[in-house]
Amino acid sequence: MAATSAKRWRRARVIDVREVAQHVRRIVLEPERLEAPAPPGSHIDIGVYVNGRADVRSYSVVGMSGYGTELVLGVQLARQSRGGSAYMHNLRRGQEVSITQPLQNFPLNYGKPGYVLAAGGIGITAMVAMGKALKARGADYRFVYGARSRDLMAFLDELVPEHGDCLDLRVDDEGSSLDVAELVAGVPVGGELYVCGPTPMLDAIRSAWARAGRRPADLRFETFGSSGRFAPEAFTVRIPRLGLETLVPHDVSMLEALEACGADMMFDCRRGECGLCEVKVLDVDGVIDHRDVFLSDDQHRAGDRLQCCVSRVVSARTGGLAGGDGRPAVVSIDVP
Amino acid sequence: MTGSTSPASIGRPTGHAGFRSFPLNAWYAAAWDHEVGRNLLPKTIANRPVVLYRTTGGRPVALADACWHRLAPLSMGKLRGEDEIMCGYHGICYDPDGRATFMPAQETINPSATVHSFPVVERHRYVWIWPGDPALADPALVPDLYWNEHPDWAGDGKTIRVNCSYQLIVDNLMDLTHEQFVHGSSIGHDALSESEFTVTHTDRTVAVTKWMLGIEPPPFWKRNLQDRFPDYDEPVDRWQIIHYTAPSTIAIDVGVAKAGTGAPEGDRSQGVTGTVINTMTPETDNTCHYLWAFARDWCLDKQVITTRLREGVSNVFFEDEQMLEAQQRGIEANPDYDFYNLNIDAGSMWTRRIVQRMIDAELGSDVGAVSDEAGHAAAAMTEVTGAANAELPGDGGTGQAAEVAGGVARHREQPTAGLMGRGL
Repeated sequence: MAATSAKRWRRARVIDVREVAQHVRRIVLEPERLEAPAPPGSHIDIGVYVNGRADVRSYSVVGMSGYGTELVLGVQLARQSRGGSAYMHNLRRGQEVSITQPLQNFPLNYGKPGYVLAAGGIGITAMVAMGKALKARGADYRFVYGARSRDLMAFLDELVPEHGDCLDLRVDDEGSSLDVAELVAGVPVGGELYVCGPTPMLDAIRSAWARAGRRPADLRFETFGSSGRFAPEAFTVRIPRLGLETLVPHDVSMLEALEACGADMMFDCRRGECGLCEVKVLDVDGVIDHRDVFLSDDQHRAGDRLQCCVSRVVSARTGGLAGGDGRPAVVSIDVP
Repeated sequence: MTGSTSPASIGRPTGHAGFRSFPLNAWYAAAWDHEVGRNLLPKTIANRPVVLYRTTGGRPVALADACWHRLAPLSMGKLRGEDEIMCGYHGICYDPDGRATFMPAQETINPSATVHSFPVVERHRYVWIWPGDPALADPALVPDLYWNEHPDWAGDGKTIRVNCSYQLIVDNLMDLTHEQFVHGSSIGHDALSESEFTVTHTDRTVAVTKWMLGIEPPPFWKRNLQDRFPDYDEPVDRWQIIHYTAPSTIAIDVGVAKAGTGAPEGDRSQGVTGTVINTMTPETDNTCHYLWAFARDWCLDKQVITTRLREGVSNVFFEDEQMLEAQQRGIEANPDYDFYNLNIDAGSMWTRRIVQRMIDAELGSDVGAVSDEAGHAAAAMTEVTGAANAELPGDGGTGQAAEVAGGVARHREQPTAGLMGRGL
């Protein structure tokens, strides 16, 4: 079942933390109680501390360990993270954290004639348990795992023996990069393609899927907004009607900055999919970097609105506009 | 506190499970004017048993429906004299202020013998009562539903007792996309879910505006327009402008005009306008009284149209009632799950936020009071865990509300550059 679960928080103890790839740590948590094993595709929410403030992050459950009483996570330290991954990397054995029960937004459908799992980089964390489940059921599957280089690839030591020939490793610096057209063509009719990876990979697969005329519902992915076309940079947001103006630092979302300066903002998912935090764009000096999955491509191009929980604005120069002089971007909006 | 984010600006979560409550410091329509007379009308309002009656002078009275003596319902008694009520069990009498005026087997009146007398206002054809602190009961706060008794408007309505939280009806009325699917034979239209809408709000009001230009009118509106323009059979411009007043009153400005005659710019001379008047009164946490009316601005002298519209709208609302009662059952059957909110829910999300703030203010709670500087992470997280699972009154214990109370939900799952947000 993949309805939206009501979160139930509980304490968990850190059982183990160790490096399993460059900048990736495998973190094992033992919750004080666990009603059921984490299903493939599930994640937990965890309370983190970022710049002295309590916050919440989501991490895929890689699998179960111990006697089915422990949850395994994989966390990559992100250079441009606002600190959630740094907090996770600083966890030490014995420490207590606060987590939810496993939450499911990315369920695996059983009974299909064939499956392809495609993981890019740290996106592997959502795929490990799916691969294990498909193998256990004797399903017809192929497991494609790509990354820039082999030392970035976590969990290879368990994936290689487990999946053998079903595992298809694609490593850029070994000259075996992922070909999305081939990937899509390899999904049998009526089968499903599960994807978790960086935005450019997901975007490429989504368009290849559409070009191939495949059924949209057979492409399965999880949305956390996208990482955008440009690295985040600071910009100014104005709400003329309310006389508000604030700087959005590179590591803070527009929604957070607007809330902090006193705007009463509506939102719900905070990952660019529900459409509730949409604001009207009145004027932009710079380029909008849409990072939501709510608006269509046409609506993104129109540029008269954006989902402020994830989308950002970059300077004209960063955005590649002719004559861009590098001044930070300014966007004027109106809110409900 | 960092000082940068005021507690009031932190949006409360809106999952359904914790949302079974309502503010008490508000005017709620207890009954239609004609229902309150020289009879005893028992009603449960906001979980409180109330008995309503009218004095011979015409003034409506609302007393707690439980005798001070042994809590027998006063509504089983009878009216006495010009303005008193007598308990049917032992004959204790009360005046409109709820003070005893007669006690059996004693010559004196015990000064403590009183029942609560609710503040009452009769306005716009409804009898409104204030279940909360009487000191705050300002008649100026009664929602303005003037259409119900104004010479430029004609109409009538009914009361439905619905087995669902009043908030589900607010949700229903704040998003009329559902008309396309629930009311396909009368007012539904494909344009409803395809049209853009705008949402605005203030501290106590929310407005949702939707225009559908140059469409074929749905059957209900085609007939209404032909009341005024019998020969017109062309496309129309249709509008739905929803005006919410906290906590639970919604007046919807609806209508159609001949397409391209300037209705969006304010000229409705080539159209017909109705106002759907809705005010929902919580009966219990999971049931409510829904008082509605439909007022129109055309053919005011034709009583047959009043009847036709009242009965037509009544049929439409029956379709809502079935869906909403089933939804309430669905909510109760799925205590482990929350709503997923879509953009079409923006209007209802604002109403829920406003109502939650009213409730918080009544409880004297300050949702942002947990200090952001509270110690180190482990201590704070323990606090979060405790707060998150603290059950609110009537709460299914989702902990989502408390997640915010713990100060942790203001920025969830923020994707960061490089990879999808998970795992970063």
